[in-house]
Amino acid sequence: MPLSLPFAEATSVGSPALNIGIFAAFVVVTLVIVIKVSSGKKTAEQYYTAAGAFSGRQNGVAIAGDYLSAASFLGIAGAIALQGYDGFLYSIGFLVAWLVALLLVAELMRNTGRFTMADVLSYRLKQRPVRIATAISVITVSFFYLLAQMAGAGGLVSLLLGVTGETAQNLVIALVGVIMITYVLIGGMKGTTWVQIIKALLLIAGTAIITVVVLGKFGFSFSSLFQAAADNSPAGDKLFEPGLKYGKNLTTKIDFISLSMALVLGTAGLPHVLQRFYTVPTSKQARKSVEWAIWLIGGFYLLTLVVGYGAAALVGPKTILAAPGKANSAAPLLAYELGGSVFLGIISGIAFATILAVVAGLTITTSATFAHDLYKEVFKRGNTTQEQEVRVARTASVVIGAIAIVGGIFAKDQNIAFLVALAFAVAASANLPTILYSLFWKGFNTRGALWSMYGGLTSAIVLIIFSPVVSGKPPLVPGGPSPSMITNAAIDFHWFPLDNPGLISIPLAFFLGWLGSVTSKEHNAQKYAEMEVRSLTGHGVAEAVNH
Amino acid sequence: MSNDARTRTEDAYLAVQSTSEFQALRKKFRGFVFPMTAFFLAWYFLYVLLSMFAPGFMGQQVGAPGITVGLLFGLGQFVTTFAITIIYARWANSQLDPMAEAAAAQMTAAAGKEN
Repeated sequence: MPLSLPFAEATSVGSPALNIGIFAAFVVVTLVIVIKVSSGKKTAEQYYTAAGAFSGRQNGVAIAGDYLSAASFLGIAGAIALQGYDGFLYSIGFLVAWLVALLLVAELMRNTGRFTMADVLSYRLKQRPVRIATAISVITVSFFYLLAQMAGAGGLVSLLLGVTGETAQNLVIALVGVIMITYVLIGGMKGTTWVQIIKALLLIAGTAIITVVVLGKFGFSFSSLFQAAADNSPAGDKLFEPGLKYGKNLTTKIDFISLSMALVLGTAGLPHVLQRFYTVPTSKQARKSVEWAIWLIGGFYLLTLVVGYGAAALVGPKTILAAPGKANSAAPLLAYELGGSVFLGIISGIAFATILAVVAGLTITTSATFAHDLYKEVFKRGNTTQEQEVRVARTASVVIGAIAIVGGIFAKDQNIAFLVALAFAVAASANLPTILYSLFWKGFNTRGALWSMYGGLTSAIVLIIFSPVVSGKPPLVPGGPSPSMITNAAIDFHWFPLDNPGLISIPLAFFLGWLGSVTSKEHNAQKYAEMEVRSLTGHGVAEAVNH
Repeated sequence: MSNDARTRTEDAYLAVQSTSEFQALRKKFRGFVFPMTAFFLAWYFLYVLLSMFAPGFMGQQVGAPGITVGLLFGLGQFVTTFAITIIYARWANSQLDPMAEAAAAQMTAAAGKEN
C-alpha cells in the first residue's frame, strides 16, 4: 500500500509543529505533577528512593516505564517489520529476563539494601573495595545505557521534528538533557517515578490503539495481517522463519546465543532497574512490582508483534528503510499511515517522553552511587550529614546530565544500537554473578566479589573493543564505509569474532567469583547470618524505612 | 542503639539462622526458586537454540499463513513467563509469607524491641 506523501524526499513526516506541541504538552503536564508531588527539602532517602513510599502496583508501572526504552518501542517494532521472526525472537529475551528478577533478586535485594546496589553487595564483605568496584561497574553500565538513549534522541529529532541541521539537532539533545535534569533536581526519585508512570501508561495505551486499528484493517484476522506483511516484504514467507537477521552463518548464530545470555541475565543486574526495588516499603510489594512489570512488559511486546507486522504490511520495508532513522521509523510511519499527523504527533511525543523518563531514572541511580557509595562511604568513611550527601547527589545529577548531553551530541551519528546490548552484557558479567553469589552462597567473600566484578567488567569491555562492533566489519558495498564503529574499512584490529561478549564474559565472571572465594579464607559468619535472616524475613526493613 | 543492644541483635541473627523453622523457610524458598529458574532458563535456551540450529523445523507452517512452529514456541515463552509469575506469586503469598513472618517475629523477640 503506497503512502500518500512523497516520503523519499521528505526529511520528516507529519507536522513538526504539532509533534513539538504534543511533546511540550507532555513536558508541561509532567513538570507540574513533579513540582506538586515533591515540595520541600529532601532527605537522602527521599532523593534516591522516594523513601520507599510507592505501592507495588505503582512501582510495577514505573518499572515498565523505566525498562521500555526507545530501543524497545522503536527498535523492536522496526526489527519485526524488517526481519520478522528474528525481531520477535529478540524481544522475548527482554521479557523472560524478568523471571530472574522475580524469583531470585527483587525481594532479597529489597530486604537487604536501602539506597544502592552496593548496599547489598558490600553487606557481608569489606565495605570500601566492594563499594568502589560496584560503583565503577554501575557507572560503566549506566553510561553506555545513557549514551544510547541520548544518541537515540538525536536520531528521533531528525525524523520527527524535521530538524536536520547540525546545530538544531544538538540544541534538541541539550534541551532533552536540561528538562531531564530539571525533573531530577526538583523531583528526586519521587518525581522521576511519576514521570515514568505517566510515560508507561501513555506508551502502552498508544501502542494498544495502534494494535487495534491495525487489526481492524485486517478484519481482526492475524493470518490476513501476516499474509499482507509477507506479500509486502522482499523476504516473503521467509519473514516467519528464523534466520533473516541472525541466521547468516555459524558466527551470527553463536552471536545471537551470546546476546540472549546477556539479555536474560543482564536485566536483573541493571542498576537503574534494581534501584526501583527500593522505592517500595517491603519485599511483598517488591514482588508485586515485578508481577505488574511482567504483565505490562509482556503485554507490550505482544502488541509490538502486531505493530511490527502492521508496519511491514501497511508501510512496507522499502519506505521504512528509505526514511531517516531506518528501522526506528517503522512505528512512527505506521502511526502516520493510520491516523495522519495527529497520531504521528502523539506517538512522537510518547517516544520523546520515553527517552526522558529512562534518562532520568539512569541519572538518579548513578548520582546515588556517586553520593552514597563513593562520597559518603568511601571518601568520607560514613562521616557526612544528610544535607551534604544530598547536595553531592544533586551536583552529580547535573554533571551526569551534562555528560549525557555532550556524549549524546558526539554519538548522534554513530551506530549506537549495540550500546544497549553492551550495557546488558556488562551488567550480566560484572553485576549479576556477585549479586547472586552474595545472596545465595555462604562461601562467597571479598576476593570472589572483586575478581568477579573486575574480571567480568574488563573481559566484557576488552572483548567489545576487539570485536567487529568496533572495527573490521566488511563494508556493505565494495569500497564503502565499514558498519563498525570505526567506519574506515582499512582499520581492522578485531580478533574476537562475536559482536556480543556475554558468551565468554558471563561464565568467566561466575568462574572468577568462585575461584576468588575458594582461595580466600575470609568469612564473616555473623554478617552472613544477618544478611540471610534479613533477606528472607524482611527483619529490619521497616526500621530502616521509618527513619 | 547501645553497644549491648547491637550485640544482642547480632547474636539474635545467628540464633534465628540456626533454628529449624528458619532452615525450613530457607529450604522451602530455594526448593521452589532454583528448580523453577533451571526450568525457565532451559526452556528459553531450548527455544533460542532451536531457532538458530533447527530453522527448518521452527519455520514450518502450521495452519494459517505466518503461524509457524517458531511463532507458537515464542508465544509459549510468553505463556510460561506469565504462568510462572502467577504460580510463584500465589505460592509465595500463601506458603512462604506466613513462614517468613513467623521467622521475623522470632527475630524481633530474640533481638528485643527493634525500633
